[in-house]
Amino acid sequence: MASVTRRDILKTGLAGSGALLAAGLGFDVALAESTKIKQNLRIAGATESHSVCPYCAVGCSLVAYTRQHPDGSVQLLQIEGDPDSPVNEGRLCPKGATSMQLAISPRRVESPQYRGPGATGWKSVSWDFALDKIAQNIKASRDATFVTTDGNGNTVNRCEGIAFAGGAAFSSEEGYFATKLMRGLGLVHLEQQARV
Amino acid sequence: MTNHWRDIKNADLILINGANPAEAHPVGFQWFMRAKLDRGAKIIHADPRFTRTSAVADMYLRIRTGTDVAYFGGLINHVLQNNLFHDEYVRNYTNASFIVKSAYGFKDGLFSGYNATKRSYDISSWSYETDPATGFAKRDMTLQDPQSVFQLMKTHYSRYTPDVVSSITGIPVDDFNKVADLVGQMGAPDKVMTIVYAVGLTHHTTGGQLIRSGALLQLLLGNMGRPGGGMNAERGHANIQGNTDHAISWEILPGYLKIPAPGQKNLDDYVAQSASKKSDPHSWNFFGLNYRKFMVSLLKAWYGDAATKDNEFAFDFVPKPGQNSSWMSIYDQALKGKMQGLMLSGMTAASIGPDANQVAQALANLKWLVVMDALPTTSSEFWHAPGVEASQVQTEVFLLPATHWIEKDGSFVNSGRWSQWKEQVLPPAGQSRHDHWILADLFNRVKKLYQQGGKFPDPIMALTLNYADPLKPQLDEIAKEINGQNLSTKKQMTSFALLKDDGTTTAGDWIYTGSYPDTGNLMKRRGGIQDPATNDPTGMGFYATWAWSWPLNRRVMYNRASADLDGKPWDPTRPGITWNGSKWVGDVPDYPPTMDPKDPKAWLPFIMNGEGVGRLFSNGMADGPFPEHYEPVESPVANPLHASVSASPVAFLYDKAAGRQNRFGTPSEFPYIATSYRLTEHEHYVTQHVPHLVQLQPEPFVEIPWELAQQKGIESGQKVRVSSKRGKVEVLALVTKRLGPMTVAGQKVYQIGIPIHWGYVGISADRDPGHGRYWLANALTPFVGDANARTPEFKAFLVNLEKL
Repeated sequence: MASVTRRDILKTGLAGSGALLAAGLGFDVALAESTKIKQNLRIAGATESHSVCPYCAVGCSLVAYTRQHPDGSVQLLQIEGDPDSPVNEGRLCPKGATSMQLAISPRRVESPQYRGPGATGWKSVSWDFALDKIAQNIKASRDATFVTTDGNGNTVNRCEGIAFAGGAAFSSEEGYFATKLMRGLGLVHLEQQARV
Repeated sequence: MTNHWRDIKNADLILINGANPAEAHPVGFQWFMRAKLDRGAKIIHADPRFTRTSAVADMYLRIRTGTDVAYFGGLINHVLQNNLFHDEYVRNYTNASFIVKSAYGFKDGLFSGYNATKRSYDISSWSYETDPATGFAKRDMTLQDPQSVFQLMKTHYSRYTPDVVSSITGIPVDDFNKVADLVGQMGAPDKVMTIVYAVGLTHHTTGGQLIRSGALLQLLLGNMGRPGGGMNAERGHANIQGNTDHAISWEILPGYLKIPAPGQKNLDDYVAQSASKKSDPHSWNFFGLNYRKFMVSLLKAWYGDAATKDNEFAFDFVPKPGQNSSWMSIYDQALKGKMQGLMLSGMTAASIGPDANQVAQALANLKWLVVMDALPTTSSEFWHAPGVEASQVQTEVFLLPATHWIEKDGSFVNSGRWSQWKEQVLPPAGQSRHDHWILADLFNRVKKLYQQGGKFPDPIMALTLNYADPLKPQLDEIAKEINGQNLSTKKQMTSFALLKDDGTTTAGDWIYTGSYPDTGNLMKRRGGIQDPATNDPTGMGFYATWAWSWPLNRRVMYNRASADLDGKPWDPTRPGITWNGSKWVGDVPDYPPTMDPKDPKAWLPFIMNGEGVGRLFSNGMADGPFPEHYEPVESPVANPLHASVSASPVAFLYDKAAGRQNRFGTPSEFPYIATSYRLTEHEHYVTQHVPHLVQLQPEPFVEIPWELAQQKGIESGQKVRVSSKRGKVEVLALVTKRLGPMTVAGQKVYQIGIPIHWGYVGISADRDPGHGRYWLANALTPFVGDANARTPEFKAFLVNLEKL
């Protein structure tokens, strides 16, 4: 690999042009060859992991290439369709093919943000600040809206004043865990993307 | 999906309704093309808009949005009137022979039992005549009894003639007849058709019956349970399927167990009112029979030692909702001031709608809102959206940075029920945390607060958190919990058939039991197309060692119905399962593996319901035992079948029920039909943060039929306003012949198309001086719900169009 140079790739490309003139199919073969060399440079020695596309529910398998740097940081190099998958056979649509730009984004929320009633801007806060305050809100709203027995004398043990919605991008196990915790709190308003 | 993506290659005919797979599920669409190119399959696409799916279809039908009940109804009528149904299948594998009570009736758009004040039906007459001696339903195998399901169905559908279908749907009669001819050929045992749909069918006040219409057609043609057949929903997000299975949904518990209702005092009450009852001596009624075992195993998974036989396995801990608590109900309650807090994860209420302006008011009515997301959303930012005075919004808002899919492991379940495990590729970025760790931490803090007192803390204290670190559970540990365990032997369960109701087994979600036995996590399996000979020995594309599909790794549901009464495949070249004389081979059988089909005691084919057969007539729907065409709540025409009951008489009208102002428009003010949809390059709203995708589809637009644009003097690229009774969008016009005029009920109508992807958050909004103030498509959509699922009517409403 180390001996491959830009000149080699150019040579392959030129050979490709020649092949194109000589025989129609040769171009594809030569292009594939030069692409392969380029890809190899990019992912040489990288760690290969398997993921699944985060967008629609076709469930295209992904191969993700990462490299760990000496400082311990992990760099995502490339995401491709997984050629072994009976679902996508290596193919991806424009969304899946650009999923790397979703994975790594300068637009990510960097830290917990808080905005008090009537405030006109966000405030960066610590996780402890945010989680304590939310836990207190959950407790207060649950206590204020919890119904143990309904008007007909039925035991119902439900919290009417808190709702949870989401999860279409959760791993299934996270979704199950969310259901379990929310039902544990007594929530009845539970929803995800299925209806909307 | 009853089947799965790759299986679509096995079809002879593909009906696509309410979907645009070539653009919305492009990689899945390769299997449609394989059917077409390799088998010569025909594709029929019925859609308001000519799309890339239409471009490769053998027939494209421009259909008025929301009228597919009439389209399918016409096809059903054609099949029934011309005896094109699969006779042996219909007689033996459906409830066509069941006798219905004489009190059942249908007249002028209403089924028997209607209560106009409550806008609901008393469904007691929608049931079978029973034999007093056995309690089982009476049957007439000749199908001649006038009260048989078959004859009632034939009468019900006789109104759906080609002319009526054309008048409702706008499809020309000749085109409809050509499709009917093709569909009618699919009742031959060696032919099979698949029906593929998406939210273009579900997002209507008749959504449930739109799907059911397709299912009835498939049962008549004998196409349910067969490779290349079935009813196949294309789901729109990576894991809607998994998280529906695991019941982030108000009306169910994991594995589609019903949420208990008020008045059910114990498990006996719960099972009696929830589980199906056997209505034929040859019905196994597997789900009904085991309902209690699945529920007790769930309660043991959740409440552990606190769930005992003496306390009904903590049945009282499970909350019992007093009313519908689905998506729109959350915001309806907030508008009424009854909802205090909302937690959102990966889902933005402000954009998703319907009636985004009303939802924004609902968010402003909350005491607190928590958004867990990797990227800002319109919900996290609603309080300072363009046009909103932030100081006036009293909602306390939290935005918590959550990890992306690629920063955690766990499974995604695709539309075909394949649960595919993914690896953690990257560490969490910056300060972001996994959603389940955020929730675990929050729960722990709430639990601590309840240690000092509060309302009914018992379930909070008892909830099992048996993980190595309860604040940071591993998804692998949770996957094992979902699968379940034998508490006596400490071994992982291998099948839900082994679950018990005595508290000695657990299963967090019984339909996933078998996914994670002691031998390891089967969702990680990778036996794919690198070795088809080994991994797909039948050549049918099941790939049984790639990942794991529920239930029990079965790839085609209801597959007993893929074989005839003797156990031979209807089409030997496309077997689902086959009886080889001693056992069933092929796919994982949806039947006892060694039950001889010729045994006089053999079970009927559909083992999950009480009848043991597919239901052409059902009391499981709130709006009728047979589907009926009703107009969308906002429609330019009166229902040609029954003008006095034009729209669904049981659709839920939230504003009316709450006493809020009417928010429906009339055709005189809002003369055009509108429908909403997605583009290939965007996924709902999150892709507004992805630069390449924003470059590909940078600006919001509406698609306007060329003829209408001519009338209005609108050209592509000009700015237009589209308004409904509820709100407006101001975006660019894209003038196209993909949409066009239609004749409906003798009247000329136009449909306008609205992609949904833009709002006031994202790269495009950042570049716009008005920050996309009038970009939310759902500012237009109505706040009404289907009678069954309360799914909003996103796909059919009335608008006006003006050039700006």
